[in-house]
Amino acid sequence: MYKIIKKENLAKDTDRFYINAPLIADKAKAGQFVIIRINEKGERIPLTIAGYDRENGVIMLVSLRVGKTTFLLSCLSEGDYILDVVGPLGKPSEIKNFGKVICVGGGAGIAPVIPIATELRRAGNYVISIIGARSRDFVILEKEMREVSDELYICTDDGSAGYKGFVSEFLGEYLEKNIEKSADKKTDISRVVAIGPALMMHAVSEVTRPFNIKTIVSLNSIMVDGTGMCGACRVEVGGKTKFVCVDGPEFDGHDVDFDLLISRQKIYLDQEKESMDIYKHQCGLEMDK
Amino acid sequence: MTGIDREKEFKKEYKKGNESKKEKISRVAMPEQDPAVRNKNFSEVTLGYSEEDALREASRCIQCKNPGCIKGCPVEIDIKGFISLIQEKKFDEALEKIRERNGLPAICGRVCPQEDQCEKECILGVKGEPVAIGRLERYVADREMSREMNHITEGTEKCNMSGVTRECTKEKVAVIGSGPAGLTCGAELAKMGYRATIFEALHKPGGVLVYGIPEFRLPKEIVRKEIDYVKNLGVKVEVNMVIGKALTIGDLFDSGFKAVFISTGAGLPYFMGIPGENLNGVYSANEYLTRANLMKAYCFPEYDTPIIKGRRVAVVGGGNVALDSARTAKRLGAENVYLIYRRSEKEMPARDEEIEHAREEEIEFKLLTNPVKISGKNGRINKVKCIKMELGEPDLSGRRRPVPVEGSEFDIEVDVLVMAIGQGPNPLLISTIPELELTEKGNIKASPVTGKTSMKGVFAGGDIVSGAATVILAMGAGKDAARAIDDYIRTGIL
Repeated sequence: MYKIIKKENLAKDTDRFYINAPLIADKAKAGQFVIIRINEKGERIPLTIAGYDRENGVIMLVSLRVGKTTFLLSCLSEGDYILDVVGPLGKPSEIKNFGKVICVGGGAGIAPVIPIATELRRAGNYVISIIGARSRDFVILEKEMREVSDELYICTDDGSAGYKGFVSEFLGEYLEKNIEKSADKKTDISRVVAIGPALMMHAVSEVTRPFNIKTIVSLNSIMVDGTGMCGACRVEVGGKTKFVCVDGPEFDGHDVDFDLLISRQKIYLDQEKESMDIYKHQCGLEMDK
Repeated sequence: MTGIDREKEFKKEYKKGNESKKEKISRVAMPEQDPAVRNKNFSEVTLGYSEEDALREASRCIQCKNPGCIKGCPVEIDIKGFISLIQEKKFDEALEKIRERNGLPAICGRVCPQEDQCEKECILGVKGEPVAIGRLERYVADREMSREMNHITEGTEKCNMSGVTRECTKEKVAVIGSGPAGLTCGAELAKMGYRATIFEALHKPGGVLVYGIPEFRLPKEIVRKEIDYVKNLGVKVEVNMVIGKALTIGDLFDSGFKAVFISTGAGLPYFMGIPGENLNGVYSANEYLTRANLMKAYCFPEYDTPIIKGRRVAVVGGGNVALDSARTAKRLGAENVYLIYRRSEKEMPARDEEIEHAREEEIEFKLLTNPVKISGKNGRINKVKCIKMELGEPDLSGRRRPVPVEGSEFDIEVDVLVMAIGQGPNPLLISTIPELELTEKGNIKASPVTGKTSMKGVFAGGDIVSGAATVILAMGAGKDAARAIDDYIRTGIL
């Protein structure tokens, strides 16, 4: 049993949980994830670690309410317990001084970018962050992101804050300008890290491809055990089958078969809806679409 | 023993049996659920002996002077002894007799391949059918469990089979993985007084016993109770602990563990490497069975974990895991379940009983057949192209090598396909210990007698050493390692 020490609402349907898990907090590194199970009948889902406090033995998780499990999680409060939390799983992010890097976070994906940006900056990088969401109300953790970035840009689909458009569009324009400014017409950005919905990571990877900038994406596939035992999370990277849980979760975005990833993320769409409908009915909950 | 020797032995032993005026009775069948009923539910297929059945079956044992059965048992249970106790109706003592050697009798009584072990060596098998040793083992174990279950329903006291949890005071030993090898090693160490802690990565202990072997062959309640027994011996079990991640082997030694036993199993699913394997609806057997068993996807939506319930399901492979997958698919409601195996039935590594049960449950065998390509529509599998095979010369395993028959391709329409072609060693832990010597296949190099590895204080056993094998062999390895760990801790000598 893992106690929720603190819970903060970051935006509509998005919460940050501080969970007492000393062993995980002690070993967690930027880019890794945990698997949680809310209750005895619950499913196992992966969540990327959005921060850790080794001293107090606490890890942070940010969850966006999308299906039954994340809904159940959102119903938990401070002092409640999560039945199972296991980790830290997956390989940590590669952290070294690359020079100038861009960290891109979309929606709830902004949260797990923070520890990576923090570590990259600590390693001496100049960190440019681009975060985006549907609208102003969904832009989370702006202050914390600003603290760990040398430059911060905000994008919203509806233009209610910052740049009007997708993070990938902004990134494209940023890179164009970046090249124009340089004497040899080459970008000085040595790496891009992008976390968010698969479509966003795909778009970012396509934007950086012509600029030939190494682009790291953190894949959010369906998992069961998270230790390489089942292969539910398999994806194709550079034409080879990889397990996100043990070979990833981070891969070179230019090599990832995003269509396959997105298709595999939708395997249980019907069952997820059924599960949610029954749950709604049982609880008589009022929920938005 | 040669055939002729066995024949002689049989005559000798049987004469003695006749002298004690034993009537000649045939092996007592075990009641089973009707195939047409059971292939629609997840309850246990075999129902177990009644007391009368057990006594009758036990009476068949002629108590050989030189019992082959014991030698046939990988953990050398005193089979003759426990059957003799059953004959005297001393059921509790019979169970204790088994437990001297085997901490998991209700499990082994169910899933051991007795036909290749103890029962194969039974002298009665020469002229007729061997004593049903596995069924008797199961009977005495179940007898105690059902009594204890009554306790619970009466609301008297919580399950605690052997009274209080024993206190162990000797050195701390870490066991990594709570499958058959780990549980046995932990139990043996506790019996010797060591403070054993078993670390399990999943949320439930039992390893393959809980994620792999289906409910209808091994009820999870049975596994839970056997694990309770191990806990009552004084073994600590910590779930949700991925060694190599949350704690390293080094951390374990630093925190006072004097030795480590690695029993992480064969937890890396193999795929064939044919086109289409990543389509939706294609599962590894590990995933398919884990969803169904550990996560109880057959109870979806009561339980949250989903599984695709195909109308037509193909399972590729010929081992127990393949048959477990096929029979699970049938129970999930599939109309047609095809078992695709590249050799003939004779070469199938699965237990005879499983093959027989699968046939009764209307699993359709596509033998001498091999998949070559999976195709689909909108990301979802809809057919598998197969090729006919014929048997050629024997290969390294001694089985005749299957060879494709040119131009014999044909399609099978399916909506789910399960790959059950074997598992390799899971590299998650061992990749964090570069100093540990491995075999070419990635298994840990360990002594088959003691489980000693190339690292001081580190022992290993079960499938992580042997490659995918049986529950009882893993238990044997756990037991041997416990003895070696005791030696090592007492003497400090490797």
